[in-house]
Amino acid sequence: MVTTAPILMDTRPVAPASTFRPTTTTPAAAGPGAQAAPAETLIDIDHVDFFYGATQALHDVSLRIENRKVTAFIGPSGCGKSTLLRCLNRMNDLIDGTRIAKGSIRIRGVDIHQHDVDVIELRKQVGMVFQKSNPFPKSIYENITYGLRLQGVNNKARLDEVVEKSLRGAALWDEVKDRLDASGLGLSGGQQQRLCIARAIAVEPEVILMDEPCSALDPVATAKVEELIQELRTRFTIVIVTHNMQQAARCSDKTAFFYMGKLIEYADTRDIFTKPANAQTEAYVSGRFG
Amino acid sequence: MSTPTPSHVFQANLTPARRRESLIFGLFGGATYLVLLCGALVFGTIIFKGAGTVFQAKAPFINTSFLLDAPESLHVFQFEGKKMELGDRAFRLFQAEHPEVAKLKQESYIYSAGGIFPCIVGTLLLVVGSMTIALTLGVSAAIYLNEYARDGMFIRFIRLAILNLAGVPSIVFGLFGFGMFVIFFGWNVSLIAGWFTLAFMVLPVVITASEESLKAVPKGFREGSLALGATKWQTIRKNVLPYALPGILTSSILGIARVAGETAPIMFTAAYVVRDKLPWQVDKFSDFFFQGVMALPYHIYVVSSKIPQNEYTERVQYGTAFVFLVLVAMIATTSIILRNHLRNRYKW
Ligand SMILES: Nc1ncnc2c1ncn2[C@@H]1O[C@H](COP(=O)(O)OP(=O)(O)OP(=O)(O)O)[C@@H](O)[C@H]1O
Ligand SMILES: [Mg+2]
Repeated sequence: MVTTAPILMDTRPVAPASTFRPTTTTPAAAGPGAQAAPAETLIDIDHVDFFYGATQALHDVSLRIENRKVTAFIGPSGCGKSTLLRCLNRMNDLIDGTRIAKGSIRIRGVDIHQHDVDVIELRKQVGMVFQKSNPFPKSIYENITYGLRLQGVNNKARLDEVVEKSLRGAALWDEVKDRLDASGLGLSGGQQQRLCIARAIAVEPEVILMDEPCSALDPVATAKVEELIQELRTRFTIVIVTHNMQQAARCSDKTAFFYMGKLIEYADTRDIFTKPANAQTEAYVSGRFG
Repeated sequence: MSTPTPSHVFQANLTPARRRESLIFGLFGGATYLVLLCGALVFGTIIFKGAGTVFQAKAPFINTSFLLDAPESLHVFQFEGKKMELGDRAFRLFQAEHPEVAKLKQESYIYSAGGIFPCIVGTLLLVVGSMTIALTLGVSAAIYLNEYARDGMFIRFIRLAILNLAGVPSIVFGLFGFGMFVIFFGWNVSLIAGWFTLAFMVLPVVITASEESLKAVPKGFREGSLALGATKWQTIRKNVLPYALPGILTSSILGIARVAGETAPIMFTAAYVVRDKLPWQVDKFSDFFFQGVMALPYHIYVVSSKIPQNEYTERVQYGTAFVFLVLVAMIATTSIILRNHLRNRYKW
């Protein structure tokens, strides 16, 4: 933690975006026993209590999200899945009166709520896809290049390259390659959501947070996004909130079950769905409540 | 009224409730058409009488002298059995040829000949300058209130103050501008004092409407941008303000009409009854800002209340009002076109 603290500091003029990237070589990245198992912890959520004003939304949540894995958050409505997800890129900062009263969230050992952490730098590394797809009312091209332009990239060739790469990465290239200048809002719901994913991966984050990315999509579009998640898992660490049990079972490696702001069970997805250790988890995944 | 036997279940019949309804609707409709009629009468009179001044039968069909000349006095007299109506310049030429007219009985009416070019110019300058100031200040304030300030007692108090300010009569803004800009800042009666006075008058409307427009931009655009690592200001500049602009412009169209039309705020701060030179015909550059201008609404006030009402003065009275209406309509149309253009570009 001490060694890598400067990584997220407000050093934008000097620090290249890639300082946060080196994966396995950073000594600090190596948690206990990291070199042996592939299960390397990327995000360490440590006994977190979270408050919206006076109401507590998370109670003593601890879990470790592994690098280059898909982690699913499941649980009944209002149990705090989105809250925890939005803690990971500090989107909760936008809401007045929110605070983490206890505990910490560390990414590669850096406490992201520390004062010297630059939230801008953090969000470049931890991208987000929202439940309600939100392409900007700009062209498809401008949507994808939005993040890069913010970082001052204006080289046309480079932008073109990233647009193609990101759209291919989001399995959207073939559908839109002839109309990159058309508005992103002219796409179908599923295409819009994949455009948002493309926009997120265009800035090459390390983590992609997805808050119910398929809840507004039909089964075909959902299948496409799920397929996409399978492809992205080799390059990104993905945390996905979902209400769809099958989806969690199909696309995630690890699943965390929350209930009333508490983490009830966190284990390999296979185990959660076949032999849950907790009775509440079992009831939920088998559809008996929630 | 005995109901005839219905031929089917949905047979229409006039119950008292039905009759009352048609009466009420009739009254409401009547009120609407009465308003419409009054409006039509006002516009009709001005257009009917004013068009005679502004247009003419022979080419180029527009009375360019009225639009492009400065006001002059009108001299009316009988000369060799003929009635002559001459403006200042023509009268002087005529007098040079016929020195005897000096002894003739003649009536003269100020501002009733020539044109109103300085007033058109003055009003355009006032509108452009004050709207620029109002939009700059207003949009900045709206961004601060809506995007940056934390909601609290103080901010709510500011909002309330702004709302109340919108209802303050324009004469009060005029007096404020007089006290503040003309006297305290020592700007005298000047274009710049008028700009600020008018800007302050429309500022509440611009702020309120800009805030509404900013609020109407979906939260998702802001969150999406911030999640990509944008700062708040980058988000506002690239992903909020462009979408709010059509709404802001819509509100400023109303502002333009007010700025162009109000007389009270400029009568102590910016309007000269008459100024021989055009605003840019100045000795030093700063005089452009620190001299007053003639303005259409004030000119209308002057020609309708400070000179006699008769067939000789009517020309300029209605002509000025007509030009004024057309000018406001033109400015408003331009802004509407601009707004629609922007709106089509950013639709969601
Ligand atoms: N902005 C907010 N202000 C106050 N309380 C909030 C806010 N957002 C969420 N909460 C509360 O925090 C708790 C957790 O909400 P959260 O949105 O994290 O639930 P969720 O698990 O994502 O639910 P869903 O599945 O319906 O999206 C809920 O009780 C909710 O009412
Ligand atoms: Mg949620």
